[in-house]
Amino acid sequence: MLLKELTELNGISGNEDAVREYIKNKVSEMNLECKTDSIGNVIVHKKGSSSDYKIMLSAHMDEIGFIVTGYGENGTLKFKTVGGIDERILPGKRVVIGNSKIPGVIGCKPIHMQEREERGINIKLKSLYIDIGAEKKEEAEKLAPLGDYISFHSEYVEFGEECVKAKALDDRVGCAVLIEMLKGQYEFDLYACFTVQEEVGLRGSEVAAYNVNPDIALIIEGTTCSDVPEVDKQDYSTLLGEGAALTIMDRTSYADKNLVRLIYDLSKKYGIKVQFKQTTTGGNDAGKIQRSRSGVKVASISVPCRYIHSPVSVMSKRDYESCKEIVSLALREMSRNTDYIQTIKNGGTVDV
Amino acid sequence: MFDLVKELTGAFGVAGNEENIREVIKNKIQNVLDEVYVDTLGNLIGVKRGNGKKIMVAAHMDEIGVMANFIDEKGYIRFSSIGWVSPFYALGQKVKFKNGTIGAVFYEEKLDEMKNLKLSKMYIDIGAASRAEAEKKVSIGDTAAFVGEAVQEGDMIISKALDDRSGCAVVIETIKNLPKTENEIYFVFTVQEELGLRGAKTAAYGIKPDIAIAVDVTLTGDKPESKPMEVKCGAGPAIKIKDRSVICHPEIKKLLEDCAKRLNIPYQFEILEEGGSDPGAIHLTAGGIPSGAISIPCRYVHSPVETANINDLKHAVMLLRESLV
Amino acid sequence: MECISVLKELSVHTAVSGYEKSMADYIKESFGKDCDSVEEDRFYNVIGIKKGNKSNKKIMITAHYDEIGFLVSGIDEKGFLRFTSVGGIDPKILLAQEVIVHGRSDLLGIIGAKPPHLLKPEEAKKAVKMGELRIDMGMTPEKVREQVSIGDLITFKAVPFELQGKKLSSKTLDNRCGVTSLIEILKELRPFKFDSDIYVVATTQEEVGLTGVEIASYNLQPDIAIVIDACHGDIPDAPKGEAYALGKGPAVAIGPNLHPKLTKKVIEIAKSENIPYQIDIERGDTGTEAWATQVSRSGIPTILLSIPVRYMHTTVETVHANDIENTAKLAARFIVKAETEMEELLCF
Repeated sequence: MLLKELTELNGISGNEDAVREYIKNKVSEMNLECKTDSIGNVIVHKKGSSSDYKIMLSAHMDEIGFIVTGYGENGTLKFKTVGGIDERILPGKRVVIGNSKIPGVIGCKPIHMQEREERGINIKLKSLYIDIGAEKKEEAEKLAPLGDYISFHSEYVEFGEECVKAKALDDRVGCAVLIEMLKGQYEFDLYACFTVQEEVGLRGSEVAAYNVNPDIALIIEGTTCSDVPEVDKQDYSTLLGEGAALTIMDRTSYADKNLVRLIYDLSKKYGIKVQFKQTTTGGNDAGKIQRSRSGVKVASISVPCRYIHSPVSVMSKRDYESCKEIVSLALREMSRNTDYIQTIKNGGTVDV
Repeated sequence: MFDLVKELTGAFGVAGNEENIREVIKNKIQNVLDEVYVDTLGNLIGVKRGNGKKIMVAAHMDEIGVMANFIDEKGYIRFSSIGWVSPFYALGQKVKFKNGTIGAVFYEEKLDEMKNLKLSKMYIDIGAASRAEAEKKVSIGDTAAFVGEAVQEGDMIISKALDDRSGCAVVIETIKNLPKTENEIYFVFTVQEELGLRGAKTAAYGIKPDIAIAVDVTLTGDKPESKPMEVKCGAGPAIKIKDRSVICHPEIKKLLEDCAKRLNIPYQFEILEEGGSDPGAIHLTAGGIPSGAISIPCRYVHSPVETANINDLKHAVMLLRESLV
Repeated sequence: MECISVLKELSVHTAVSGYEKSMADYIKESFGKDCDSVEEDRFYNVIGIKKGNKSNKKIMITAHYDEIGFLVSGIDEKGFLRFTSVGGIDPKILLAQEVIVHGRSDLLGIIGAKPPHLLKPEEAKKAVKMGELRIDMGMTPEKVREQVSIGDLITFKAVPFELQGKKLSSKTLDNRCGVTSLIEILKELRPFKFDSDIYVVATTQEEVGLTGVEIASYNLQPDIAIVIDACHGDIPDAPKGEAYALGKGPAVAIGPNLHPKLTKKVIEIAKSENIPYQIDIERGDTGTEAWATQVSRSGIPTILLSIPVRYMHTTVETVHANDIENTAKLAARFIVKAETEMEELLCF
């Protein structure tokens, strides 16, 4: 199963090799050509019937994780985070290190040994370490060399009502959607861009957008979902199970309003569940793509994910299906009516 | 000049929603220039053709504001900021949505200490009795700007959105009094400056000018117990040396200084310790574009009572005009 | 020891970010001997070019030559200067410091400190802020206003100091040590002929946001970039893993910012050629020019070599000559190899 296979691959920002290989294989099974650019983005170009326009789909392959930075005398590993991770969640998590997937656990002082004041405060990242069972520093160095990437270990599990728990839903859901979309045939040229290094500053998409130079770009993401206890309703970014979320604005981009309107209206017309992301925090590849060259019309369509950036991200399969349907609907309609693309490019509104 | 400023500051144009202000400006420059067009991100670009240097003049037409992101059962609207909005400046103000709906901005009374005031503890009251009623006027994603009509007291103009409609006014006046020159000049009214200098970046890429000059407001050090800063209202337009986003190119700084000396108008130098401006994005674009700025000294920036001296605007027009020759 | 005297000379010159023109000619001359041509772009990047036989590929090596400094932001009623920094400077190191104010002429100024016996106890505990400091020009306010105006540049006074064991201490060794290694690389490359064009670039405005290199990369569009910059040298209270020993060779950076195959190659070369090196783990933004080159236009595969510098951004930055020489040696060997194996190195 696509999503299971994708989320169980490890691809920390800067070391997306495993995900890239998987996607390249999938794409070649579909008899499509793909290119890997200088920074490691995979760009699949599906030629359209008339090729008057270029539409870019973008999803990032990388996930948050860690990197080995040193060793303790007793054979433990020191590490730092790659991408944004809440350090409070780390103690007692399982991880795998490097391409040979050496298993390890994030250790910390047990509660019995903690002083009174230590108990009251969070454990800082710098006092955490990874135990791989090595007994000496030299052994650890050999098994997990400096600079090896570390990922959470977490299997894809379906649970509850149509829910999925996995790591790296952000943004393997997007990768999965892109692969599905490549099955279609369109009037315009479709560029499916599987980008790298989103989590360390939207790096890959900057290069990909420059290379593709599209008319319109749709960014497919896993986004935050904060409809959980202890959060006020007005702070919910998205709701689980209410369909894919369209971004109006976040910290990195202001989505093209006409494009968002078109996607929203189409979804409503065809009875697909859709919601707006209510908060304006966070950011994604749209930020770089929108500002590429002399500007690109962008919209983000996201699958809500609770506990994002943790080993136990949760999404609803319904939202994933909604996301697929919406993206596919938008592409199909723009393919059928290429004047929609021209209208959006000109800054006009489309009535559906 | 005041009437122009009043008209421009009164137009709606929260960052990312510059449609109204764009129309207002477009109507004013349409017949004066050789070509007027709107680019992908919504920048309004007017061109005066020529065979000389390619010069880009930029003033941003967007303003700060708020965006509705949640409406509760009782019809109160929670919001986030577009651009930097101080909760203290916003408290007790009126905001106006694009469709004209006006709301009062207030805060949750259970707040223990005023210094902990945050936008997330505030809301907009549009007088609706329920969510359903509110939704008839305002939808999630709708934006609103401060209410603060321009008035003139002596030489000072008090208004919302002088940042940067005063710059737009300076550029429009310059367009109406174009100097004789062979230079090809691109007058760009940029979008989304308040969200991170976004419009200026893509516009500069599209135009690829030889040099760029922006017109924007700057802070001043002439208020009671101000943070130390040499810039004063009424002491002439300021020639930017540096802000957080750019060190202005020495050649542009010199060009502007020479022009001011030649015109014998008052001028001052600006070193801005906080905040950025369009040259920050422009100078890095397409292989490097030497950039500088003419700044209009303005008190209480990002509040509904921004205050600037009309003579500084007039002198800025003279300075900009001279620098284009 | 020649390397030290080149570095010493470079460290004395001034080139505050944005105003590097003052030093551009000196660097042009230093590159001139070993280049086919030397150019200066509109942002004062100095570009030395070694033309290749085929010119089919381009390799760029950069080191920034701008320096942190200050601008005069005000003159108070007593004739003391207020100032703001260009680039990141710890105000604590400024107390009792000598600076040069580049007014109508170059003038010595002293950053004073409030006498300790006048400090209130709570003041004594808190670190001083930039805005509280003033420069004493030793002149009447009238004279100061005649000599100095808002926006004038201020630099640290340079006092080079040779320490034990081939170490030099001076201002601006970050990153004049990198520039020194560019000059050394040119020497190392003398015996070789290349098919590719080699660009040696001394860049500007690194300290205020990687401006110069962003512009140079965009214009030159190289196939590979090698960035040479300073990293923190080892000092007793440095956090472990973030400081590198002096004299043990350049730090080769590993992380998302750098091209994995090229980085692997440079480490292989260091091993096989017996050039000492250290490993620098960078989990994201390296804070160096590599961050900008990597995503220029269609992207540029980049490696980063760093020279350990103690007490960075102070007037007593300290480096070891061997590290500069070894950086140059490693970079030069890498260029020779990369030039012939480029196709293979760049594919994922």
